[in-house]
Amino acid sequence: MRRVISLLLENEAGALSRVAGLFSARGYNIESLTVAPTDDATLSHMTIVTYGSDLVIEQITKQLNKLIDVVRLIDLTEGAHIEREMLLAKVALAKLPLSELKVLVELFKGCIIDICQSNCTVEITGTGQRLDAFVEACGRTQIIELVRSGVSGITRGTRQSGELNRQT
Amino acid sequence: MKLTGAQIVLACLKDEGVEFLFGYPGGAALHIYDAVYQQDQVRHILVRHEQGATHAADGFARVTGKPGVVLVTSGPGVTNTVTGIATAYMDSIPMVVLTAQVPTHLIGDDAFQEVDTVGITRPCVKHNFLVKDVNDLAMTIKKAFYIATTGRPGPVVVDIPKDVTAAQAEYVYPKSIEMRSYAPVQKGHTKQISRAVDLLLQAERPVIYTGGGVVQGNAALELCELVRELQYPCTNTLMGLGAFPASDPLFIGMLGMHGTYEANMVMYECDVMLAVGARFDDRVTGDLKLFSPRSRIIHVDVDPSSIGKNVGVEVPIVGEAAPVLREMIALVRQRKDKLVSGAIDAWWNTINAWRGIDCLDYDASDELIKPQYVVQKLFEITKGEAFVASDVGQHQMWAAQYYGFDQPRRWVNSGGLGTMGFGLPAAMGIQLAYPDMPVACITGEASIMMCIQELSTCKQYDLPIKVIALNNRYMGMVRQWQEFFYESRYSHSYMDALPDFVRLAESFGHVGMRIDKPGDVEGALKEAFDSDDRLVFMDFITDQTENVYPMIAAGAGHNEMHLKPSRRGEIHEERELA
Repeated sequence: MRRVISLLLENEAGALSRVAGLFSARGYNIESLTVAPTDDATLSHMTIVTYGSDLVIEQITKQLNKLIDVVRLIDLTEGAHIEREMLLAKVALAKLPLSELKVLVELFKGCIIDICQSNCTVEITGTGQRLDAFVEACGRTQIIELVRSGVSGITRGTRQSGELNRQT
Repeated sequence: MKLTGAQIVLACLKDEGVEFLFGYPGGAALHIYDAVYQQDQVRHILVRHEQGATHAADGFARVTGKPGVVLVTSGPGVTNTVTGIATAYMDSIPMVVLTAQVPTHLIGDDAFQEVDTVGITRPCVKHNFLVKDVNDLAMTIKKAFYIATTGRPGPVVVDIPKDVTAAQAEYVYPKSIEMRSYAPVQKGHTKQISRAVDLLLQAERPVIYTGGGVVQGNAALELCELVRELQYPCTNTLMGLGAFPASDPLFIGMLGMHGTYEANMVMYECDVMLAVGARFDDRVTGDLKLFSPRSRIIHVDVDPSSIGKNVGVEVPIVGEAAPVLREMIALVRQRKDKLVSGAIDAWWNTINAWRGIDCLDYDASDELIKPQYVVQKLFEITKGEAFVASDVGQHQMWAAQYYGFDQPRRWVNSGGLGTMGFGLPAAMGIQLAYPDMPVACITGEASIMMCIQELSTCKQYDLPIKVIALNNRYMGMVRQWQEFFYESRYSHSYMDALPDFVRLAESFGHVGMRIDKPGDVEGALKEAFDSDDRLVFMDFITDQTENVYPMIAAGAGHNEMHLKPSRRGEIHEERELA
């Protein structure tokens, strides 16, 4: 099963390699991993998308929790949550005229952020499935270059995943 | 007052109460070694190879329960410690390894004797640190000791660049420490413990199966109390031997690949299993599909990730063994009337019938020295009170099977990683911790060669270790597997061109003995243990073809054990060994 795990960890050198090393050493799957500092400079936030049987997922969360640098772990997929991913795509204008592309981008609530004679660069944010749908709609052959950010996630409502010592 | 980083390192060790520092100097460690020279509270033991330093610190930690401390230089100093660190990691041994590093401004430049210590050791440490600022040094060392010794213990590496050891800072050693990202559980969940006790009391065919966690967690007394209160059978893993007295009739021996028939059959047939500080390792469980098919399992472990990793568990209890067992004992006493009357007697009748098989019986010989016989004689002569360090292989299994340990922390071996070369340096750590106690190193002629250089360290520090080499001129366990599973094609398992161990021992300044007749075994052992101020290297020329029995082939079930060939067919043996 696919899981989105949200991790808060000490912003120490090597913390990322501990997490990445754990996945490779124990043969766990990793679909995407994003990491960035938080507004507390001593902490980083990581979102990991992984998949495996319930037993494997249980081990993944236990092993991650065992890492000394991990301050808090939440399996976002255990409850209501929001996932977002960003896509940057360079689309060729040869077969897909700008007017058509603009309609498509509006439909996906994205925007055109760069343009030149032969292509333009589009930014779309949404769930992974939504980004897949955009790529399909454009037609894969029209896309010259594609960059995706990987998933970031947050809990819905009053459930908390992000910051430490901040009560809602 | 300001101290240099090097002085801070030594001050921290002093404040932690460290008695021994096992190490080897080198360029990046020179400031620290200068500080070692200028103090006399922490005793430095100079080994002959950094691997020896880690194993010696490890042996010290296993028998004392205190963290073993190592100091090495950068680069090859560090890479040589990796085997020892991994050995300690696999067996959850508390250890702090201080490694010198090239100066901070050279890190990443492929400087002389530079390796990425934090990167290389990361997969085999509980945690590691690189200290870049002398002001963080004391706090980091405090954290290292705290992490190494709490929760599930393990090795922690602190990498200290040379310029940090020269820089100065105000020295304050923190008295206590709290980490927001690390808070090991101590007490178990009360409701779960209560459920566990109810399940235990309902059992008709119970077993208590315990591992290294009971030894390392200082819970042997509690274990004895619980087992005796319940009168249930108790089995120990290779790492857990001594936690329950081998001489107690409630002890059914070691379990697993070379465990006793009765222990493995009890595991197979039981209806309730209490596992404490054990991790259901593959050498213990065999085929997981055939593992204890009818039992309901209670698992007590300080590490949540050990629970449910290999085997499904009905009652998981995360907590330290000692406090959890204490709570269990209290509840068992309150609820003892719920015990199923009569059931346990029937169970013991079955177990005693299995015991009657006498699975550790071996063919005695008047001509060839049987390795089992040497261990039995060692047990008799030392009255079962020696510290026994072993290397890895057949001799390790025979030591575990035939030396009955009645106390915890007497049996020291590399169970998880299976590191050949562990025995002799580990024995050094033990002998330093207990200078007046008999320390035996049971080894083989192959294993001993892997850290033979430490005989020199033994001379320097006058360590009167008794080395018992069971010399069968083979890597015995490899040979045994090749005999069973590779149609006796003994590929590279033969130890050719062996040294004359008697003269080798003598050249290091020790006493050497060669014993090749069964009639001389007892006399030689007596003579060796009578000379309490000399290291005696006993080279026992043993039967080359002896195998370790009983045996469960890798991947077979507990009910598929094999006895020695002359007794095949006496028990149900489903799968052929070869």
